[in-house]
Amino acid sequence: MNWIWFHKLGSPKWFFHWADRWSKLIFIFGVSLFLLGIIWGLVFAPEDYQQGNSFRIIYIHVPSAMLAQSCYLALGISGIVSLVWQMKMAPIFIKSVAPIGAVMAIIALLSGAIWGKPTWGTWWVWDARLTSVLVLFILYMGVIAIQNSFDDTRLSDKAAVVISVVGLINLPIIKYSVDWWNTLHQPATFSIIEKPSMPAEMWVPLLFCVVGLYLFTVGVTCWRMQTELLIREKRSNWIKAEVLDSGV
Amino acid sequence: MAFESFSDFLAMGTHGHYVWSVYGISLFLLVGITVQSITAKKSQIKRLRKLSLGKQNTHAPD
Repeated sequence: MNWIWFHKLGSPKWFFHWADRWSKLIFIFGVSLFLLGIIWGLVFAPEDYQQGNSFRIIYIHVPSAMLAQSCYLALGISGIVSLVWQMKMAPIFIKSVAPIGAVMAIIALLSGAIWGKPTWGTWWVWDARLTSVLVLFILYMGVIAIQNSFDDTRLSDKAAVVISVVGLINLPIIKYSVDWWNTLHQPATFSIIEKPSMPAEMWVPLLFCVVGLYLFTVGVTCWRMQTELLIREKRSNWIKAEVLDSGV
Repeated sequence: MAFESFSDFLAMGTHGHYVWSVYGISLFLLVGITVQSITAKKSQIKRLRKLSLGKQNTHAPD
């Protein structure tokens, strides 16, 4: 297998240029898809026969909940990468993606609470799914807080990496919480192996929202990583050249 | 179209305030993190630019 891509990904300069070329495009494409899905879901998708129009919250809730988990998975994996290979880019990625993951988690929690009120009759219950997602949010806040709390970057990176990896244990708990325990939250509506039980005019816009929000996240993460590189690598010649070239 | 009129759309049956508050909060947070990410990058570039241009100028006379 060709590992060149892996080495390239570890090169700050290569990443910086790649992000310069692609991040804006990815972001714009993602936002367009997301907005298309939202408008489709809000205006054109049919009303749910049981929940009425409150089901339209799904177009925010499901994508943000998926992203909250995916961002943490990526964060935890780069924590492992950082521990094993000491890759320079891994802590930079962790620092950049954690705030986005936290935003996704808080959106998932708030939208879930607001959806819960008309559907379940309550904003919040301490059941396994809701609690484990709250723990996910707290883990993000922990990673953010600890990575910003030491003057020594190496030390703060190390500490953030450790929490990221330890926190991975929460992901299967979130995923299977709805099957392991009796929760108010329903089990997953979608699975890779089965045809969705929802009509297409409901799930196709949801798919747009999900893919759109993933691309949005990739774009914004690229910018945050570039900012972090501009801070950490400011003494390197390629950053100096980059700064003088840019037309800001 | 799932609604008959615009006011119908805003009302979302009886669920208008639930639906719109979710969309409002999410929009605010997503726009917020985007704007913050862009301005952080721009201001760091500006800072470094000023720094390196300043250094060049001090060296220029000799």
